[in-house]
Amino acid sequence: MKYLGIEFTRPRVGVFDFTGCQGCQLQLSNKEETLVPFLQAIEIVNFREVTSDSSNDYDIALIDGAITRDDEVERIRAIRARAKVLVALGSCASFGGVNRMKNALDLDEANRVVYGDLPKATGRTRSVGEVVKVDLVIPGCPVSKAEVERVVQHLIWDVPYHFPAYPVCLECKQRYTTCMFDRGGMCLGPITRAGCNAPCPAAGLGCWGCRGPAADPNNEEFLSLVRSRGFSEAEIRERLDFFGGFEGVV
Amino acid sequence: MKMQVNLDVHHLTRIEGHGNIVVKVHNGRLEEARWDVVETPRYFEAILKGKHYTSAGILTARICGICSIAHCLASVRASEAAFGLTPPPVASKLRLLAKHGENLQSHALHLLFLAAPDFLGLPSVLPLLETKPEVVALAAGLKGLGNRICDAVAGRTTHPVSLQVGGVAARPDDATLLAFRTDLERSLADLETVASLVKTFDIPAFERETEFVSLKGEEEYPLIGGSLVSSDGVLRPEHEYLEMSNEYVDPNNTSKWSRLSRDSYAVGPLARVNNNFELLHPEAKRVAAAFNLAPVCHNPFMANVARLVEMVHSTQDSIRLIGEILAGPAEQTMAPVTPRAARGVGAVEAPRGILFHCFDYDAEGRIEKADCVVPSTQNNGNIHRDLPALILQMIQTGTSDDSDLELKASMLVRSYDPCLSCSVH
Repeated sequence: MKYLGIEFTRPRVGVFDFTGCQGCQLQLSNKEETLVPFLQAIEIVNFREVTSDSSNDYDIALIDGAITRDDEVERIRAIRARAKVLVALGSCASFGGVNRMKNALDLDEANRVVYGDLPKATGRTRSVGEVVKVDLVIPGCPVSKAEVERVVQHLIWDVPYHFPAYPVCLECKQRYTTCMFDRGGMCLGPITRAGCNAPCPAAGLGCWGCRGPAADPNNEEFLSLVRSRGFSEAEIRERLDFFGGFEGVV
Repeated sequence: MKMQVNLDVHHLTRIEGHGNIVVKVHNGRLEEARWDVVETPRYFEAILKGKHYTSAGILTARICGICSIAHCLASVRASEAAFGLTPPPVASKLRLLAKHGENLQSHALHLLFLAAPDFLGLPSVLPLLETKPEVVALAAGLKGLGNRICDAVAGRTTHPVSLQVGGVAARPDDATLLAFRTDLERSLADLETVASLVKTFDIPAFERETEFVSLKGEEEYPLIGGSLVSSDGVLRPEHEYLEMSNEYVDPNNTSKWSRLSRDSYAVGPLARVNNNFELLHPEAKRVAAAFNLAPVCHNPFMANVARLVEMVHSTQDSIRLIGEILAGPAEQTMAPVTPRAARGVGAVEAPRGILFHCFDYDAEGRIEKADCVVPSTQNNGNIHRDLPALILQMIQTGTSDDSDLELKASMLVRSYDPCLSCSVH
């Protein structure tokens, strides 16, 4: 890649997957119109889902998925020891994602429901940051490839990337989406970090908080709003617990 | 005769999720050939308990990062079956268009990015960025078209937002649909280029008699709902999926296995083509004929050709569907939903094969019991049984070295395009 004839050093990137749907690493291959320049801007040296080549010499480790089993703890520690920069890619890596809902269950009972009398090894769901030091968190279920591209661009420019501090509400206003609360629906938009372009409220689902809290969210005001709109404590808790990013809000 | 083999492929590459191949041959005797799925389990069926019907599809979409549309649609269909609800006709057409988009992106990803390197003698497509960037651009273009159709119809290609119980949130406007029709028509030439590339692939000659399970089409090549059929002659209605799938737990695998008339069965593009060949678009049948793919084909490696055939079919059928949606009357895309206490089953053909969701609802529309039977779960037992047959054939012909054995065993697993995180939902 050459702009104005200038060469730069491509960062060596490893992509690693843990407990999850692996949809965030898949996003790296999406947004196809810029896929070729994206892949030319970085050097992928370890990405099991895409290549049989594998090197342990990488600058950046992108981590997809949460940590739920002992062997994953060992694996993430080894990756942390090798990587200069470790990035949590997506909601599962960032705060556990939907896997975190498992922590409210009796794991023996969950094993019985799914596997009958041949239970499998599992444990509490932890974010990557609960196990090793994380240098950057890119939230979202899935992550926005456009946002990943912006992070990579800032990396190349040597300029820190700042995630939007404002909540999803702002992006609904920008797209002229009628407020979910005015449509009688539940929405975590007022307290959730923007940057996704608010696709879920636009489809009438409301925001489910997959990107975690916005900067300095006003949780008290949010709770008083949803309670005044008649949502039950169970409904509020179900929504806040869904992606694992709002633990402790209620 | 090959006397000694010791294969230990830990976390096979270029598949979704974590699985291991183990092969041991001692003094010319096959002692062990295993396909073990070690992916971490996620317990979705336990998490789904108590969830409201409005969140079921949002949650089950997260079972899979590649076929989230199929999972969402299976949940939506199961819920609609439970509530006795039929979505508006335009919503059914839009769902099928999203399904075609998903099959296009997933098949392009597998055939051109994950499988093709084996046939080209490469570790991945990444070296092609330097040597043949135009091939990568063509592959990315086909995958991107599928993804853009999903974005427009389902609201987002990964973890869709517009596919909901009752119908579809909105119909894309005419200009968007017309642009897709033009893009699809133009992509047919690219699919011809892909067919020429696949023609150069040396597809291993290996057969093992297999039972194939899929939806059964009546008038259309089936992707969403309908009867269940097997190539051994089993025919069941959708709601009797348990009699078809017969899941059981294997001690060495976090993925369950399935069986029907034999020890295992296969699902996926080859199963669909085998069971519904006559319902393919004539252009898709023409491509199949060019590769001598005719039912019932028992060579699992031919699934790669079946993917190409389905890409042609999905492209042609999407062009037809867009015409019908454009010509159709302006109508509501959502039907009103009234939950009730009942059980519902939804069967959908995901890119990797038939997928079942089953929910027991209470009167408020909350899930009391959930069951998901996933395509790769059904295929894993069959892969495990293909493996010794392939190794035996190779060691008996005596023409193979260890690296060739490892390559062919890996290619066999990849030909199923397994999605292991899906399979251990």
